[in-house]
Amino acid sequence: MSVDTATVAKIASLARIKVSEAELEAMVPELNGILAWVEQLGEVDVTGIEPMTAVIENELRLRADVIDADPLTGGGRRDAVLANAPAAEHGFFGVPKVIE
Amino acid sequence: MTNLTDLGIAAIRDGVVKGDFTAVEVAEGFNANVAAAQDALNAFIVTTPEAALDAAKATDARRAAGQPLGKMGGVPIGMKDLFATKGVQTTAASHILEGFKPEYESTVSQKLWDAGAGMLGKLNLDQFAMGSSNETSYFGNVISPWRRNDGGNAALAPGGSSGGSSSAVSARLCPAATGTDTGGSIRQPAAFTGISGIKPTYGRCSRWGIVAFASSLDQAGPMARDVRDCAIMLEAMAGFDPKDATSLDLPVPEWEAGLSGDLRGKKVGIPREYRVDGLDADVAASWDRGIEWLKDAGAEVVEVSLPHTKYALPCYYIIAPAEASSNLARYDGVRYGLRDLPDGAGLQDMYAATRAAGFGAEVKRRIMIGTYVLSAGFYDAYYTQAQKVRTLISHDFKNAFGQCDVILAPTAPTAAFGLGDMVSDPLAMYLNDVFAVPASLAGLPAMSVPAGLNRDGLPLGLQIVGKPFDEQGVLNAGLAIESRAGFSARPEKWW
Repeated sequence: MSVDTATVAKIASLARIKVSEAELEAMVPELNGILAWVEQLGEVDVTGIEPMTAVIENELRLRADVIDADPLTGGGRRDAVLANAPAAEHGFFGVPKVIE
Repeated sequence: MTNLTDLGIAAIRDGVVKGDFTAVEVAEGFNANVAAAQDALNAFIVTTPEAALDAAKATDARRAAGQPLGKMGGVPIGMKDLFATKGVQTTAASHILEGFKPEYESTVSQKLWDAGAGMLGKLNLDQFAMGSSNETSYFGNVISPWRRNDGGNAALAPGGSSGGSSSAVSARLCPAATGTDTGGSIRQPAAFTGISGIKPTYGRCSRWGIVAFASSLDQAGPMARDVRDCAIMLEAMAGFDPKDATSLDLPVPEWEAGLSGDLRGKKVGIPREYRVDGLDADVAASWDRGIEWLKDAGAEVVEVSLPHTKYALPCYYIIAPAEASSNLARYDGVRYGLRDLPDGAGLQDMYAATRAAGFGAEVKRRIMIGTYVLSAGFYDAYYTQAQKVRTLISHDFKNAFGQCDVILAPTAPTAAFGLGDMVSDPLAMYLNDVFAVPASLAGLPAMSVPAGLNRDGLPLGLQIVGKPFDEQGVLNAGLAIESRAGFSARPEKWW
């Protein structure tokens, strides 16, 4: 499967990356080169093979139902959470207006 | 008196304990080397000489008080700038995280500080660890301290993505450094610069606080000058962490105490599919020497087959970008990092402008590939198929380990290439990880040790891949090679 300019523009939009017309044109052959190369996977017979879910057998754990058991990942750290925000106001993340 | 910056982890640790020198003297020596090399090698994004000194003073004070000094007591190290360090800029070599100062410390770096190590600075890398030559960093290329023996001064790649780590360790700017390995990012740079590095079994080292690239592949590990130093540092880095859902709940073995280069009774597998057409003659010769060294150490050598080897790279270049596109969705200009808000822009425009300004070309390329292979209608053809092939690659190793204890192969198909030689062709660059990626896809412990120099006077590495959880077997085979290779070459100082 190869991609055209319109498809690459659609991918860029899904990925939320603004690309110029010139960048789009340059990306089309690059992505097609990579996609053509990865498509060799299609020739592998995978009949009856399960997709990999965990590379090393492990079990999902549940943590104890205790509030703030680990203070590093617990609550009550609003200022730390906001410390690196480009715009933080009144204890919240600031974003451009989303409702007209 | 010995030049303290020629010493590795074990020698520094033992010398500080014995009182041959102080931790402060060691830190001062490395701080000076870091400062003197920064302009030429660009190995660090930020340097933290005070942090190194403070840790050293604490170690000297503990010694004076008769307290134990820890596994890494008095050892200053470089920290790859992918690990969150509290209050110290953490960028993943990206513009989008420029100025980001984490409010917390990664588990691995905290463990190293708890073990008595100090931080010389944050090491440069490929942006978001995506690259094999350290040419995708927003903060400029890292230069290898090595040069070809042709009398020229062509700048060579230190490998990637842990290129700052490899450059700094081989140039004696630090005795050891952290690395992370997603598809060879510890082993390939170690091979390019004549140092050792081990990627442990997936889950040995906590991923908590490491900037995520491809979470099912990312693993931290040490890069140092020899196998013993890798064993010591890995002990300090590894261990169960409830904050990482894929952390292995297993005790950390005493790898240093278990080191033995005696391989009698062990079987070493040589994968026939790695003997590719057109393999570089020097690389092939160093592999043959490695086989002889392991025989000399008492091992029996057997040929094994990993039939899906040729599919490992394309499999990786679906899975890693897919995970990256998902992981990097968090960079939105809202919570941390860069925000680009054009006049009158709404939220969606802000996301797109921020990410366009904040990500480099290779990062965008991988996000785009990942977004495409995960998009509706293509998911099964690409992503599910790749995960099935990944299962087959893992089965290949399982079958091979029915016949052998460790696998020996070259680390990379070439020695270090020149900066700029590969950047115009992303595919050619990806192919440099052909021998490293399979072990990553299977989550296996794997290490690179220096094996000699090629015709250009550049280091070549040999790779040992082990069974899950058998870092000891990998380290021991590495030690057997190290003690026979007698690798003592180091880059001649020009910086």
